[in-house]
Amino acid sequence: MKNRENILNKANELRWEIGESLHDNLLESIYKFATEISSRVIAVDVSKKSKSFDSKLDQILTSSKFGFPIMFLLLALVFWLTIEGANIPSSLLSSFLIDSIYPQLKTFSSNIGLPFWVDGILIDGCYLAMAWVIAVMLPPMAIFFPLFTLLEDFGYLPRVAFNMDFLFKRAGAHGKQALTMAMGFGCNAAAVISTRIIDSPRERLIAIITNNFSLCNGRWPMQILIATIFIGALAPSHLAGLFSAAAVVGITLLGILLALLVSWSLSKTILKGEASAFSLELPPYRPPRILKTLYTSLIDRTIFVLWRAVVFAVPAGAMIWLVSNITFEGLSIAEWFINWANPFGLLIGLNGVILLAYIIAIPANEIVLPTILMLTVLVAGTPEIGAGSGVMFELDSAAATANVLSLGEWSLLTGVSIMLFSLMHNPCSTTIYTIYKETGSVKWTFVAAVLPLLIGFVFCFFLAQIWRLFG
Amino acid sequence: MNLNRLTHAGNQCENCPAHNIPNLKKLGINMDKVDQVIALAGNPNTGKSTVFNNLTGLKQHTGNWPGKTVTRAEGTFEYNTKRFKIVDLPGTYSLLSTSTDEEIARDFILFGQPDVTVIVADSTRLERNLNLTLQVLEITDRAILCLNLMDEAARHRISIDTKQLSKELGIPVIEAEARQKKGMNELLQSIDEIISGRYKCKPFRMNKLSPQIEHSLKQLEVLIKKEFPNMPNSRWVALRLLEGDQKIIDSIRSGEIGLIHSYNQNDLSNNIYEKNTV
Repeated sequence: MKNRENILNKANELRWEIGESLHDNLLESIYKFATEISSRVIAVDVSKKSKSFDSKLDQILTSSKFGFPIMFLLLALVFWLTIEGANIPSSLLSSFLIDSIYPQLKTFSSNIGLPFWVDGILIDGCYLAMAWVIAVMLPPMAIFFPLFTLLEDFGYLPRVAFNMDFLFKRAGAHGKQALTMAMGFGCNAAAVISTRIIDSPRERLIAIITNNFSLCNGRWPMQILIATIFIGALAPSHLAGLFSAAAVVGITLLGILLALLVSWSLSKTILKGEASAFSLELPPYRPPRILKTLYTSLIDRTIFVLWRAVVFAVPAGAMIWLVSNITFEGLSIAEWFINWANPFGLLIGLNGVILLAYIIAIPANEIVLPTILMLTVLVAGTPEIGAGSGVMFELDSAAATANVLSLGEWSLLTGVSIMLFSLMHNPCSTTIYTIYKETGSVKWTFVAAVLPLLIGFVFCFFLAQIWRLFG
Repeated sequence: MNLNRLTHAGNQCENCPAHNIPNLKKLGINMDKVDQVIALAGNPNTGKSTVFNNLTGLKQHTGNWPGKTVTRAEGTFEYNTKRFKIVDLPGTYSLLSTSTDEEIARDFILFGQPDVTVIVADSTRLERNLNLTLQVLEITDRAILCLNLMDEAARHRISIDTKQLSKELGIPVIEAEARQKKGMNELLQSIDEIISGRYKCKPFRMNKLSPQIEHSLKQLEVLIKKEFPNMPNSRWVALRLLEGDQKIIDSIRSGEIGLIHSYNQNDLSNNIYEKNTV
């Protein structure tokens, strides 16, 4: 024991004697040896400039003039392809899972004489929740993820980070936050883990707290559908797809802006400090391996995310069925809550149904929209459109979804507000748990969960007031 | 496996596993049915995960951007009737900073003592990759340099004298194109040669810092060697102490650092230790 303390004391003493020079000295000699060895073993034929392709491409993709426009265009292209491509497979899937399988399951259960509540929870609740999630989420994911992965495989993501690095630095955050933010466009929980690449705890916390402003794949489908219904409808039909894509790009950019603003405010207040320097390596462009990418993005991402969504949708489906069917003084629990929350909801451009849906859907953002549709039908009291109380249903087209939403007296304001609220609300429970595991702090987990929600309330409140003033 | 180890106890054991089971377990590695442990280290975006997938047959997601792997991934495979556990470490540019990913990589190589550490390098950026290679060689003496992306290097008209490089570094150097699955057999053979003791690494060590620092290191090394006589990388530990590395300071204080290399010397006591900690 004493010897060990002796070692440490001696080390302390010597450290003072040497001063600051050790680290630099060490780095210097590492570099020196690396250079010496390389000079003896590497030979480069400089007669032909074969590097020019990469550096020419980099000059364009990371130029101050074209860097950002190209980024927006690529983003818009990816969304547009997703929106246009997902429609048909989505309705095919829903007609199979809901129009064909669902009635058969119902017939089967009444044939074997299941009690109504078992049938309700299992088939109207769990099965339909799962079917809805698959029909709505699978097609956009199967298009969006491979496209995104191809960009990643090609080497484009580090260029995005390179372009945005100065913005994050100016916001007092770490330049690498641009990378973790990009990761969040897939999954916020995974992105929170990826903030480990940031060395400084202060900057890492900022990256964790603001990651929720990256729309995750649980939220893309709803953004896309609502944009199609409310924004696309504003445009002539041949431009509807472009308009909707532009709206989603707009929300995405607003998310990036918010991440920057919140990072800036945090670094000026409770997380004060200077941005630390870092070097970001721009990897060489590599030809994407298309088949391999398709395989891994389908198996690793699409199926993985879908499975997660289904796992969360099944119990949520059962719960929706229960709150819509357990009644108290003639009204279901769901209706009690909706009536109570409605005035507050309207104040911020939403309604009671949306608020209840967001509470039920805390485990997974994916099931917000199906829950909203089901609850809307329940409250509007027209079960003939759907399939009865507590039954999540699928609508074959965006137009039919719009019909239900008009029953719930949705306006353009509601559509815009819910797109904004979907960007600015608490992270899903998986992400919250991941934040707790990564930070080990209840306080910061609380901040990360509540801060975006507060911002969402304030933002939507002011939007609704101004909208109504001029509308 | 324990039986095997008991019969090989002693300083001269060459082909019994060098890994440190108690520490590996502490690091969260399940050591059931595993004979050897391989670590994959390297700069970000050099293809570690691709090499990992090739060896294990797993389909870990790979992506062309630095920082893809921030946690450890593990897989197993068999070669020459031995069962290997391979651990894909986060890609890092150095082992000197204190970010979580660098600590994960360094702690694993230092405390887990993998039987072989495979350093995957980007051949088109060899000089930069050597910075990390040299740092890894300071910590461990059983390493292989896997020169990945040789096809890219050829495209950029870069040629590398691998024989000379192997001589300079004192470890095997293997050419590979992991995306095309080229060089994997050679890599496996090389791993086998190191483990069986047929190849003896004589890793390059940096030993010419400024005179004042060298003097301080010597003083500290003497003290460390006295307290932990079996530690093979006492110079590196001394260096970290001079830099004020908290993790190393803590492990000196707790004596944990002494366990690093005592395994082969005293099997019995360590087996008891292992039982107590499980």
